[in-house]
Amino acid sequence: MIGQETIVSLKQKFASGDLTPADCITQLYAEISSGDAEIGSYLNCELDKALEQAKNADLSLPLGGVPIAIKDNINTLGETCSCASKYLESYRAPYNATVIEKLLAAGAIPFGRTNLDEFAMGSATENSALQVTKNPRALDHIPGGSSGGSAACVSANLAVASLGSDTGGSIRQPASHCGVVGLKPTYGRVSRYGLVAFASSLDQIGPMTKTVEDAAVLLEVLAGHDPREATSIDEPVPAYTQSLNKGVQGLKIGLPKEYFGEGIDPQIKTKILEIAECLKQQGAEIVEVSLPHTEYAIATYYILAPAEASSNLARFDGVRYGHRSADVSSIDELNVKSRSESLGDEVKRRIILGTYVLSSGYADAYYEKAQKARQLISQDFDEVFANVDALLTPAVPHLPRKRGENSDPLKDYLEDLCAIAVNLAGNCAISVPVGTLGDKNLPIGAQIIAPHFKEETLFQVGSAIESL
Amino acid sequence: MKAKIDVSYVAQLAQLELSDEQTELFQGQLENILGFIDKLTELPIDQEPAAHGQRLSASLRQDVVGESLSAEAVIANAPAEQDLQIKVPKVVADA
Repeated sequence: MIGQETIVSLKQKFASGDLTPADCITQLYAEISSGDAEIGSYLNCELDKALEQAKNADLSLPLGGVPIAIKDNINTLGETCSCASKYLESYRAPYNATVIEKLLAAGAIPFGRTNLDEFAMGSATENSALQVTKNPRALDHIPGGSSGGSAACVSANLAVASLGSDTGGSIRQPASHCGVVGLKPTYGRVSRYGLVAFASSLDQIGPMTKTVEDAAVLLEVLAGHDPREATSIDEPVPAYTQSLNKGVQGLKIGLPKEYFGEGIDPQIKTKILEIAECLKQQGAEIVEVSLPHTEYAIATYYILAPAEASSNLARFDGVRYGHRSADVSSIDELNVKSRSESLGDEVKRRIILGTYVLSSGYADAYYEKAQKARQLISQDFDEVFANVDALLTPAVPHLPRKRGENSDPLKDYLEDLCAIAVNLAGNCAISVPVGTLGDKNLPIGAQIIAPHFKEETLFQVGSAIESL
Repeated sequence: MKAKIDVSYVAQLAQLELSDEQTELFQGQLENILGFIDKLTELPIDQEPAAHGQRLSASLRQDVVGESLSAEAVIANAPAEQDLQIKVPKVVADA
């Protein structure tokens, strides 16, 4: 099974001559064709193009010949970029996102487009307008979201690794639910050029993999400054793989008490505290810390993210690309009908919420207030990171719920409890699988949070947790 | 700032048309969400607002012409086109 390989093991097979990249693609395509019927992680896979790339693969490059699945909101020239929306169902990307250019330059083969919540708005992948995705570990449960397809394909051994995007937990939460590794880099670490914008001050692209080592290998390729993206930051990219397996001796790791209180499944709490105890036995210093404004994070996020989304999604007007309503007589009617016919309920709800909090008379009360709260949340992290190297928390407050069980949007929003403050503060974080719970063996993840541009610490602690 | 949202009015501002069922459903859901968001009123307000998690400064570049997409590449996604231009219904109303 190709899908069982990691990036590192696949590269060894290529290097030894046991497998060629073209055979790898052919076999993986066959595995996806038979295995994904039940999971629904991929929206489509373009075999011919990938085979052509595989035949020309340069094995001397860091990712030579390695197929990487791509969330369908990241532009890859000539391929779909539907964002799992009816609006963009027939759109074909006219250019490559910077991360795709970087993957290609490193020899990788972007292969397969994965399902998501429409425009990355959701945490169950149930808001996809195109397809249902199931959790490979328990088919009647959600895979999480919004990068549910990217998590499920890696979890189901139908991909070696994938890319997701994380605006308020959309990489880490599905990674936790599906039992894979998911990394949200520091805001500005990876270029967003070519990622369809949802909330521009929060969005980051990151790797979803089977091992912490693979995440380090991928981030080394993806990270770096991009002159085409004004918020990408010109910081050197360290050799992340050198941070692996260094142990945790001498590291100071904080347990923020707000992430272990109300709203967290006690079994998950117990499991994460056990992990902390193991790290302590390996020489880490474990201390309780406080991020006092955590309780305001979700409210802050659900003002700022919809506000930014309402502005970003104004471009979907039926004029230049995407769905256009038939039978309209004026440009205004074309605009309104094209949007209304093709955007899903959650997207409409967030556009309306965002429009409301930005509207005259409410912008100060909501939007500006939320920006101030964001400052307080950021300061919490700055203060705590003056004293500790990393934070350890649950990645999610609960085990993945059953599919189709929740129709209350606010209830789903609260599931982002452990993830969202990290996006607001711009820090980096990783979810690492730490076993399963319950009679269905549902996976859970431990989240490690580090200061801005300290992804090395995530890999150091993450690899220690992985080898427990 | 007790939440009272007029969903049909705000939808209109956002260029969206909702069915009666949607309006009713969203009205309840959004009031619920706004009720939750009102939690922020508890917070002190003597903070500088933050547009980003990091203190980013304005990023300027040289004002030079770079590469861009060809007209053909752009027009390939247009729902209606003619002579490399995007076709739309009449924009200016009759007098």
